Amino acid sequence: MPEKQTGGVQRIAGRAVALNRRDVDTDQIIPASWLKRVERTGFAAGLFAAWRADPDFVLNQPGASAAKVLVAGPNFGCGSSREHAVWALQDFGFQAVVAPSFGDIFRNNSVAAGLVPAQASQDSVTRLLAALAADAQAEVMVDVAACTVAIPSAGLLEPFDLADYARWRLIEGLDDIALTLRREQEITAFEAGRPAWLPSLAGQGG
Amino acid sequence: MAGRLFDKVWDRHVVASPAGEPPLLYIDLHLVHEVTSPQAFEGLELAGRKVRRPDLTVATMDHDVPTTGLDRPIADPLAAAQIARLRRNAEAHGVTLYPLGSPEQGIVHVIGPQLGLTQPGMTIVCGDSHTSTHGAFAALAFGIGTSEVEHVLATQTLRQAKPAAMAVTVDGELGPDLTAKDLVLGIIRALGTGGGVGSVIEYRGAAVRALSMQGRMTVCNMSIEGGARAGMIAPDDTTFAFLEGRQHSPRGKAWERALDYWRSLVTDDGAQFDREIRVDASALRPAVTWGTNPAQSVAIDDVVPDPGSLPTPALRQAAERALTYMDLRPGTAIRDISVDTVFIGSCTNGRLEDLRAAAEVVRGRTVSPRVRALVVPGSARVKAEAEAEGLDKCFTDAGFEWRSAGCSMCLGMNGDILAPGERSASTSNRNFEGRQGPGGRTHLVSPAVAAATAVAGHFTSPGDL
Repeated sequence: MPEKQTGGVQRIAGRAVALNRRDVDTDQIIPASWLKRVERTGFAAGLFAAWRADPDFVLNQPGASAAKVLVAGPNFGCGSSREHAVWALQDFGFQAVVAPSFGDIFRNNSVAAGLVPAQASQDSVTRLLAALAADAQAEVMVDVAACTVAIPSAGLLEPFDLADYARWRLIEGLDDIALTLRREQEITAFEAGRPAWLPSLAGQGG
Repeated sequence: MAGRLFDKVWDRHVVASPAGEPPLLYIDLHLVHEVTSPQAFEGLELAGRKVRRPDLTVATMDHDVPTTGLDRPIADPLAAAQIARLRRNAEAHGVTLYPLGSPEQGIVHVIGPQLGLTQPGMTIVCGDSHTSTHGAFAALAFGIGTSEVEHVLATQTLRQAKPAAMAVTVDGELGPDLTAKDLVLGIIRALGTGGGVGSVIEYRGAAVRALSMQGRMTVCNMSIEGGARAGMIAPDDTTFAFLEGRQHSPRGKAWERALDYWRSLVTDDGAQFDREIRVDASALRPAVTWGTNPAQSVAIDDVVPDPGSLPTPALRQAAERALTYMDLRPGTAIRDISVDTVFIGSCTNGRLEDLRAAAEVVRGRTVSPRVRALVVPGSARVKAEAEAEGLDKCFTDAGFEWRSAGCSMCLGMNGDILAPGERSASTSNRNFEGRQGPGGRTHLVSPAVAAATAVAGHFTSPGDL
């Protein structure tokens, strides 16, 4: 079996935070001043730092600090490639983000780091946001294997999309690099066929 | 079968395509900088792994380097430590590094093409979303996160689901005051912030063919602002003329062989795209963003739009939020908006041609006394070349600050920031809330409009002066 990297994530149950905005960019999720750190952890205080200065912001509501699921508008995580955005969400306690669409790099970063990017339809997200507006304490359940997000108290069971390979990776918590290195012979064979004119830094020093 | 440029580059780099898994794609060049690499090198070392191809990896320092006082130690201890970490990682793993102070240091996306490391048909990645810049050379180039940086360091490959192929065809001709920046802001306005998600864009049409390589880089650079994974432009004589004789360009017989291959990198007649949009270049005017994402722009002759005029409730809500943040009222003429700061630089508009265009506007003129204006060349070499032409003198005589190379105020990591509430005209790529400093308000413009705005103190096109 491939090496385990993270614990893997099968089911998530807990409170959710509703962030009803579109185009939430990674500069909002974690401002650039936080990117000078060389560690992978310790980003929780930087999560949505500018927006949290507003006492009415959703993450400042009672109980938000215990939330495990973030429900947001379309194009969540657009902008900068900073994986720090994913780490900040995880450090705060989020294990899944449910949105109608994601920035491509953010989605890849999420799967790599073990955060579930659950892409639901706009209609599903609208229903989830409405249920959370009615009851912010409602328990939300994300089933990664079944690709569903539920709010049982509101009678909601909504499907979401997650590519099979990404789902398997998230559930098993696998180390991508170990999986790829199983194909080292193919990589080496490919390298033998690369044209000689391609640029190389060999002997450049710097 | 008629093929598309994107497929031709993609297919040539597929190492393996196992059933039920995303294809494994070989990476020809990995650009590394100080901000998104330390955790990747640490992960590599914790797992006892090595950099597989240091010869296909190049590092520089750009995101949080100071742009003044390079003779002094870096004042910010966190930035200093991060920069020292890159130096240590490059040494430990045999990676070529162009550090602060090197004549080849600069923004990753400026130095790659400058060194001839960016060539048609290559796959190029970097832990930076503006890696799409290199697509101007028909490279498939895209931004990745730190886990993927580690994956490329260890394996020189990436697992990637194949994106869709989109065509953006730009017909007509750009007007005299118009630049590639106005063109790409017009494209993003048409596309919307998420319009390119999941896609690689090929820019086509007469107006794209007419652009210089610098202009093509500006267009491809901002592909990500329309949500696209990457942007690409088929190579032609403009591309080959740029590449010939550069440090890493092929020479002699190898040049001829490379040219034969590069000339094949076109979308064949009759090929179909998954989606296509058309933009009329002749209808564009100099663009100024009014909101907090790059799709929220209007012509400089226009007014701040009324959110109520937008087609969907979500767009109206986003526009209202943006106008509150930007402290703007619908109906205000763009030319009546005053700025505090003008920033000319970044991977979008920090190349020599950009500095020339701005210098042309400010020559013999003076920066408004209300405005702080700075020019930050995209690389140390751009700075040296600009100085050889006397552009630095042109800027400093007018009242601009002339800085050293780096990302600087594009993202405000290095202390070059807006004060809360300050308003900028910026040649960079993102007008997100707080992007140039907490509470700062950013308007994206071309270098020519930025220069004219610095002189007038409010949004102005060169033709107005």
